[in-house]
Parts: sequence; C-alpha cells; structure tokens
Amino acid sequence: MPDEQKLFKVTIDNITIDVPAGTSILNAARMIGGEVAPPAMCYYSKLEGSGGKCRTCLVEVAAGSTADPRPMPKLVASCRTNVMDGMVVKNITSEKVIDARKGVVEFLLINHPLDCPVCDQAGECYLQDLGYEHGAVQTRYEFKRRTFVREDIGRYIQLHMTRCILCYRCVYVANQLTDHRVHGILDRGDCSDISTYISKAIENDFSGNMIDVCPVGALTDRTFRFKNRVWFLKPMDAHRDCDKCCGKVTLWNRGDEVYRVTARKDEWGEVQSDENGKAMWICNTCRFDKKNTSDWIIEKPTSINRHSVISANHYEVKVMPDDPLDKLLNGREPLLLMNIHEASQVNQQDVHLDELPGPATYETFNGEPFSTGHNVTDIKESLGVNTQGTDSTNPNTP
Amino acid sequence: MSKKLLLDKINVEGIKTFEVYRREGGYKSVKKALQMKPGDIVEEVKKSGLRGRGGAGFPTGMKWSFLAKPEGIARYLVCNADESEPGTFKDRYLMEFIPHLLIEGMIVSSFALGSNVSYIYIRGEYDWITDILQTAIDEAKQNGFLGKNILGSGFDCELYLHRGAGAYICGEETALLESLEGKRGLPRIKPPFPAVKGVWGCPTVVNNVETIAAIVPIINDGGEAYSKIGVGKSTGTKLISACGNINKQGVYEIDMTLSVEEFIYSDEYCGGIANGKRLKACIPGGSSVPILPANLLLKTAKGETRLMNYESLSDGGFATGSMMGSGGFIVLDEDQCVVRNTLTLARFYHHESCGQCSPCREGSGWMEKILHKIEYGKGEMKDIDLLWDIQRKIEGNTICPLGDAAAWPVAAAIRHFRDEFEWHILNPEECLKRNYGLAHYADAIENSVIS
Repeated sequence: MPDEQKLFKVTIDNITIDVPAGTSILNAARMIGGEVAPPAMCYYSKLEGSGGKCRTCLVEVAAGSTADPRPMPKLVASCRTNVMDGMVVKNITSEKVIDARKGVVEFLLINHPLDCPVCDQAGECYLQDLGYEHGAVQTRYEFKRRTFVREDIGRYIQLHMTRCILCYRCVYVANQLTDHRVHGILDRGDCSDISTYISKAIENDFSGNMIDVCPVGALTDRTFRFKNRVWFLKPMDAHRDCDKCCGKVTLWNRGDEVYRVTARKDEWGEVQSDENGKAMWICNTCRFDKKNTSDWIIEKPTSINRHSVISANHYEVKVMPDDPLDKLLNGREPLLLMNIHEASQVNQQDVHLDELPGPATYETFNGEPFSTGHNVTDIKESLGVNTQGTDSTNPNTP
Repeated sequence: MSKKLLLDKINVEGIKTFEVYRREGGYKSVKKALQMKPGDIVEEVKKSGLRGRGGAGFPTGMKWSFLAKPEGIARYLVCNADESEPGTFKDRYLMEFIPHLLIEGMIVSSFALGSNVSYIYIRGEYDWITDILQTAIDEAKQNGFLGKNILGSGFDCELYLHRGAGAYICGEETALLESLEGKRGLPRIKPPFPAVKGVWGCPTVVNNVETIAAIVPIINDGGEAYSKIGVGKSTGTKLISACGNINKQGVYEIDMTLSVEEFIYSDEYCGGIANGKRLKACIPGGSSVPILPANLLLKTAKGETRLMNYESLSDGGFATGSMMGSGGFIVLDEDQCVVRNTLTLARFYHHESCGQCSPCREGSGWMEKILHKIEYGKGEMKDIDLLWDIQRKIEGNTICPLGDAAAWPVAAAIRHFRDEFEWHILNPEECLKRNYGLAHYADAIENSVIS
C-alpha cells in the first residue's frame, strides 16, 4: 500500500490549495471553484485523452515549481498540464491570459453561424457563455463563414457541422463508450468535418451521450429538435430500472409532458459521477424512448448550478421546511399516529369500526348486541334507559 | 572552398550504389561505432556540438541523452525525412544522391540509442526517393550492415521506410509518430515528450535526415574534430538549399563562418542576384522563419556582418533578426512583391493546418483571406493592424509550432515592409499592375560591397 498520497501546494490567482500529485491545473482550479476555474470547451474529465485543443483554458505559469521557480515561456493549456509542488498559476489575474482567451473566443466564433435564435443548444451552450464572458461586442471577421450541410447521423442524432468547434469530445465518447466508432474527423484544417464514413448511421446504445458532451449545438437530439426552448422546461431528477445503464437521468418537463431526457450534469457541465466515481452515462433507451412521466420515478427538481438562462426563472434554491416530528418524539417510538383504534389498549380490536352503522360508543366494545337505533336516544331506549320517551334527537336526554 | 563532410563524394560516379560508396570509404563509421560503447557514441555526439538540422537547432547529443531507458521496453529511432517546408530541399538532395550516407548514419545512431527497429518517415511526394532509399536499404542488408547480428557484433537492427501521405504537419515530430502508428497525423500534446513516450508509447528519438547523416563524420573523425569546424555553438557544416532570384539555385554545404553576403554574391555559392537585379529581401531558413529586408540581412542591427549560422542569423531577435531554421534560403529580388509572397506562405499554412487547435485552424485561414484582400487591392488600413493582432494571438497559443510558423512570416512582413502593405491599400489599382519595388531598401543594397 502506498502511504498517504503526496500533496502538492499550488497557488492559483493568489489562492493556495493542496491537491494530489498528478492533478491538472484545471482540476486544481475547479477545486477552488468560482471564477478561478478556467473555461474549458474541449476538456471533459470523464473522457480520457480529451483536452488541449480549444485553448480557452490557457493559463500563465508564473513559477514552475519550488524546485525550479522559472516561469513557463508560453501560456499552457491548464487541462493538460499537471501541477507541480509550489507552482504559481495566474488565470484571471493575468493580462496575457485574458488577452489570449479573448483571441481564442474570437477564433472560435469567426466561423460559427451565431444562429442562437434557432439553435436548440441556446441557453445551455458553452460557446454562448464563453462569448458573453470573454468575447468582443462586434466581430472583425468580414468574410463568408464556413458552412456545411446538415446531416442526420442515425435515427436519433442530427449533426450540424457548421456549429461545430471541433472539440473532439464526441469522438472520444464513441471510442470509450461505444463498442465501435463509426464517425470521426474527415479532412483537415478549417475544412475538418465530423462525419461517418460514408453517411453511415450511428446505431449504438450509448451514442446519445455524444449529444450531452457536445458543448455547442452541433449534435442535437432529433426527438427534441425544435420542440421547446430549454429555459421553458423544468428539469427533474428521475430514475428507472435500466439493465443497460444506471438509469439516473434528468427529465426536462413542461407540465406533465417529458420533452427530453439527459444525463445528470454537474456544475462544469459534465455528466455526474456516482458514489464510486463512475460517470453516469445513460443509454439510448432511457434517453430517446422513455418519454412518459409514468416511465420514471421522479426524485426532485434538479438544482441548476450553472449561470445560465435555465437557472434564471427557476427554483434554484429550495429550502425544505424542518420536519418537527423527530424532535417531538424525542427518541420514543409511538404506536399510534395513523391507526388509533388498532393501537388502543382499551378498545376491542376485533370490532371493525367500518362495519358499525354509526359512531362507536363505549357500548360497542362491551360485547352488547348492536342497537337498532341510529342515535343516542334510540340506543338508550332499546336498552331501557330512556323510559320516558323524551326527545330522541337530544343526546343529552337523561 | 570550405571543408565538405556530407557532400564531398557527391560527384563520384555511382555513389548511389553500395559498391562505390563502400569503396569510397563508406560504412567505415559502422565498424568503428560497433566497437565503441553506445554511451561513448552519445558522448562523442555531445562533444561535437551538433545541433538538430530540422529547424529548431536543439543540441542532438542532449536530445539523445534525454532518451528514457526503462528495462524491457523497446526504444526507437525515427528519421524525419518529411521535408515539406517551402524552400527547403536539402534532405531530398542528400537522400537522392548519396542515400547510403543516411543509412550509415541510421545504423550508427540506432546502435548508440539501442534501437533495434528504426524508421525513416519519408515525405509522400518523394516517391522516386523512396525507391532509391529502399534499394540502398536492401543493398546494406545484403552486405550485412542491417538485419541480425550486424558485422558479428551481436547488434540487430531493422530499418523500415515509411511513406507519408502528403501532409506538412507530419513533419512535426509527434504528428509524425502518430502518422507512423497509422493514425491521423495530429500533433500530440507535450509533455510527455517522445524521449519518454514516443512511437507506440516507447521512448523515441526523432532526428532530421541531415542530423543523422552528420553522425557519420562525427564518428569517423571524432566529435572534437567536428566541433572545430564552424563557430561558437554552430559547429560543423550545414546544408543550405538556396532558391529564388539567384543565379545558381541548389544545395550548398557551408561552413558556418561564411557571411550571408558572400553566400549570396560569391560565385562558389549563389552567384549573385539573377538578371543583374538587386536584392530586396530574403527568408534565410525556410518559409516559417521571419523575412528580412536586405539591409538587415547582410548586417545585423549592431552593424556587424551577418554570418550563416544559428547565432548570427537570430541576432537581434525577431525585431531585427531571423532564424537559421531548416536552411531553406529564399531570395527575393527588387521586382518581387512581399505582400504576394506573404499571401503565398499564408495560403500554404492555412492549407496545411491540421485543424486540431482553434487559433491555428481559424486564424491561419483568416490571415490568408485578409492578405488576399490586400494583395488584390481591396484592403483597408485597419486590415494591417488586424493582421498583426491575429498573428499575435496565434503565436505561442497553439499545440505545435505550426501556429508559430504561420504567424511569424506575417509578423515579419508587416514589421519590415509595412510601407509596402500601405502602398497596396492606398493604390488599389496600381498594385494590380506593378510591384512596389525597392523603395526604401535600395540604399542599403547599393552600398553593400561584394567581397
């Protein structure tokens, strides 16, 4: 057994944190959280080998380590650079980083169609967030943008290559989740095209996860396209027994109708991990075929951590009222609560209350035959108590 | 006449064949090396001060000593013969006319590095050279210089030739390894470096053709003798492929004490500018390195004579200097248009960008479009600043050096020839009919004296 895992001290934007050796700068920054975490368009912690391509997570390393405190000459991709002990990283405190990031966002957007008003991803698009945060107000690009023809890759997924930023995440999903990858990058440079060769359908139980990992609207759910805007939908955590996947999903409802099903996402937009650290990818049956509320056991509204239009106008923070019962019982275990009759030590339990013609009285439990009357007076008369025949409707009759 | 180490036998008839090459003293270094310890060979290379001839100029001995040597894991030597830089054709010349020199260098280097399987990754367009090299490999094998138990030393080495498929990016060492493994030629993210995790995850050394060939004289004459040639940290001889508007284009082996002026004007080398014209500018080390105007090419900013070596060519940084690069010496005379030249280079880098990381993928195309606009008289003044800003945001922010290579020529052209860009913009019709010419660069050139 290796003894206690080695911890490295790393300072990011003047905040110092101890992280295990082998952690990337990006993940260390995510541990600190908030604005210190660099944006990532291509890195996906659940996909091995991803990252390093989009260059939005570039950071400045002001000091390499305690042993070698020289700064790194270039900005580095924080998602693929591991921390060293005593490393000093500058993210939002570095002018150079802010400038380079602005440049990268501009590069990502020059050939992007900016068709957000008709794009299904709008509202949950990471390029949109990135553009708002780091982009320029106006484009300096005055040429024709690159376009591709839309393509249906299989029954469930539509590929809109024009919007793609070539993060390669979907390729990694196909490599690592499905048994046989049939799509990939064709051509080179800015003509690179994600496609199947040649126009094959992607038929795989886990292919739908490509939609979840796509940071932009390049891969969209054909069963959801143009059905609704995401900010009108209410996300709910739900689960079902599934023999292929974990079955734990987020339902996106409007009223009682399930519009779409996605995997559960964490605050970085990645699929959540279960308690064993395994990513909760979901299968295509859960994602595309179970579109009735009755297929699912709904747990609770999903809490959206993300700064986006989905969380605006949404029950972002729910406060459940305190349940006072435990406090009241103070450790006792009560027998009653719901069924007083059965818990009673006075009543005869073989008497079925629902069989009585009227309300139960002490007589009911004394083994006497049921009276014929329907009120107190009648009963008293039948027992020979009310011999005067006074008002039978007055229970106070002697 | 300076000393030649690589090309001294180039004119011997039939040097391509094993018999003639052997008769002329070839494969001597293999015999000598096999009697040495691999570590001593690495030391010898370190002593020689040989620097990588592919462009970056990293000390070869140092690179070799970085090679990880874990137990039970194979090590590989890969020769980078994917020479695709516009203006560079020295490796082609070497492989075409004296192929056994490369094979000999490969055997010695493989022995020094403990590589039992070595590769030559050759550019796809060099199809006729592939045949020449394959013949040479077969001949060497028949004569016991390759294969099992070379010359009875117990050292096995197989040499394979792998043809690329025509991508410039595969000349980047990690993209080359990916391509060699049969994948898309996309550069890997470093670290890990190939010396730790290279081809098939094993420690690998990737060297340029000329570097490998230079191992032969180092072993034959000793590292000490090799380091005495040249000057400072630029030891040995360097192959320069000269092209453009000069009288004698071709590959020259130079001693690195030669001045740029002598190289261009002396009859032994380029023989002066063609058609009696004047020198305007030069790209001294292959298309990726910054272009220099004539005045800065012949003399450094400090007024010293610029020499054809690593230090002198990069004197003054990018502000007033350039780089040795891969030795592709492109000369532009007074009638050439720098804007057009920059457009050609930008088009090349746009076409060859692999598309993996965003700044290079999007930025290289954008620069090409703007340069196209300026060249064809549709430019605006703000385009020059925009170009400058784009190249600044590409440089240093990409996975591999292709981004830098795309940015540097544009940056240097604007830095030194901004007036020419402005002239194109201010004279949209005239620029279609004639070129800007020499303008301010004329003085410096006329004053230069041919030595």
